[in-house]
Amino acid sequence: MSLKDERSRWEREVVEPVVRKHPERHNGDLATSSGIPLQRVYTPADVPDVAGDANADSAGRAAAYADKLGFPGEYPYTRGVQPTMYRGQFWTMRQYAGFGSAKETNDRFRYLLDQGQTGLSVAFDLPTQIGYDSSHSLSLGEVGKVGVAVDTLADMELLFDRIPLDHVSTSMTINAPAAVLLAMYVVVAEKQGVTRDQLRGTIQNDILKEYIARGTFIFPPKPSMRLITNTFRFCTEEMPRWNSISISGYHIREAGATAVQEIAFTLADAIAYVEAAQSVGLDVDAFAGRLSFFFSSGSDLLEEVAKFRAARRVWARIMKERFGAQSAKSQAMRFHAQTSGASLTAQQPDNNVVRVTLHALAAVLGGAQSLHTNSRDEALSLPTEDSVRIALRTQQVLALESGVADTVDPLGGSYAVEALTDELEARAQEYLDRIDREGGMAAAIDRGTPQSEIEDAAYRYQREIEDKERLIVGVNCHEGLGDSCMDIMAHNQDVHDAQIARTRHVLDARDESAVRRSLSSMHEAARDDTADLMEPIIDAVRKYATLGEMCDTLRQEFGEYRQHTVV
Amino acid sequence: MQESGRNTVRILIAKPGLDGHDRGAKYIARALRDAGYEVIYTGIRQTTEAIVDIAIQEDVQFVGLSLLSGAHMALFPRVVQLLREQDADDIIVFGGGIIPAHDVYELQDAGVRAVFPPGTPIQAVIDFIEETRSESSAEPAVR
Repeated sequence: MSLKDERSRWEREVVEPVVRKHPERHNGDLATSSGIPLQRVYTPADVPDVAGDANADSAGRAAAYADKLGFPGEYPYTRGVQPTMYRGQFWTMRQYAGFGSAKETNDRFRYLLDQGQTGLSVAFDLPTQIGYDSSHSLSLGEVGKVGVAVDTLADMELLFDRIPLDHVSTSMTINAPAAVLLAMYVVVAEKQGVTRDQLRGTIQNDILKEYIARGTFIFPPKPSMRLITNTFRFCTEEMPRWNSISISGYHIREAGATAVQEIAFTLADAIAYVEAAQSVGLDVDAFAGRLSFFFSSGSDLLEEVAKFRAARRVWARIMKERFGAQSAKSQAMRFHAQTSGASLTAQQPDNNVVRVTLHALAAVLGGAQSLHTNSRDEALSLPTEDSVRIALRTQQVLALESGVADTVDPLGGSYAVEALTDELEARAQEYLDRIDREGGMAAAIDRGTPQSEIEDAAYRYQREIEDKERLIVGVNCHEGLGDSCMDIMAHNQDVHDAQIARTRHVLDARDESAVRRSLSSMHEAARDDTADLMEPIIDAVRKYATLGEMCDTLRQEFGEYRQHTVV
Repeated sequence: MQESGRNTVRILIAKPGLDGHDRGAKYIARALRDAGYEVIYTGIRQTTEAIVDIAIQEDVQFVGLSLLSGAHMALFPRVVQLLREQDADDIIVFGGGIIPAHDVYELQDAGVRAVFPPGTPIQAVIDFIEETRSESSAEPAVR
């Protein structure tokens, strides 16, 4: 009797009588958060390639396994990008942090490093992310709020004071003005006596998802892509240990995308970046090894694990088959994960500790290279130091106590997880094919296709919560007796004035004519599509030109992007 | 299905400041429209002045402000103030986003009529609109 026949027998003789007496939840109509229907149970018949097709000979079975899964550290990297994964080294525990002034953030950084954090991740405030000085009228109320305010090199010097940049790796969530902040980092390092080739870290530098989901764009797509290819070239030539981009599904997912859309839109963005770099003459294997990725890790544990595995497999195939990348580094998708901020609740915030644990577990089972765990109070305010410590401890407990880090890809071979991995891959591939047919991601974004798909998914999701089809503990069920009181972080309202005063001092001390000269060289370079912008920017940074002055210089030449939103 | 009378209420959902998180704003805009109201959404990164101009031009009775960046104490009262300066303080202002509880009272003192925290059911917003709509002039005001 074949396995399929056995399955039918079991359904008929064993399951049916039980279900008649005790119906399944939702009459058995259960699905993942992306809407992939879930079977009652998965068997080898659902994943013959992985489980070994009984009709194939042993060589055939080995080939099918190698094609789908392979071994850790080998193509197609489904099981992980390193051969030993966390048996060698745990993932980098990298908490995104930054608020108020450079001084306050420097204190938080040194606190986190003292607590055993292994990498830094800088949150910049919104004016910095959008290229406005703190003194700009549009910066009102936003200075030092969601991150640290940076106006000039002087702020970056203070931000990394007493932090040896040859010893830490630093991730910077900066996109439209990424080239400027990278230049500042390079110059701060220089002043510490650390050379460019010693620097390890990442700039997010992913403008396409800003148009789709995150909103901190400045320039239109074309000059933005040029800034990105300029930074690719600079990193390739000068900073071999630096990730020149972090192609981000996180914000796409958090804006409401499903897991399938998260994979598809992120990889479609990645394809656009590789094509842009190739079009300016960069060799794929020279830069692709420094492309990194960033995903969300949410509550649907099995689907999330499958998502990370599927994303690695799809990317490896794209790099090898579509772009002809030869090097293993180009094919292996390294990614940072952050637990899902949007799934945290303002109600009963302590429950978020449990949610974050699940999210973090999914990221670890999915083979993340670095991880940020959110704090329990993020639906209420910026996290307190206590909440941040619990979040970091969550990672440490997972690493040191849970045992899940001791064998590579422990869910590999689970019939359910493998079946979901295949299904997510297939569904993401359908999207990718469609985006290709429609002329690529830049064209799709221009038409607003991914934006409206994400919006529809977000709307469906929220409706399900309203209708109690999707239950969130403490929100639409088990509401309990009201919320426990929680100390929350108070914003320092004096940051705005203090920051402006501080920058005024810097401006008073700088050589004004040198600043003008460097800005006009930058403008010259901006005018010529084929010129490099990195060195002129580094020069202006050294002269203490402000971020706003530099971005305004580029605005004059590039113009500004205007978003059209239709709901 | 539209409930009678609802379609005469016009609501502007707006994103002041530099915050790009508009999942919530878009949801509220769409859900209120589905509930039968006329809803306009500004898109992200609007100045308070632009929001007030749109509110007056579009002759709305409500302005719903959404902000997750922490700039609400600077920007929400400013919208109320600017409406007052334009003699348009019959327009009712409410808000939502990541707003700490102790800020809510201060915002209410400044004239923000209601603040809805994350996880608020849409019905709570609809109830608020239905309870307060009579205070706002139903007829287009002469300004």
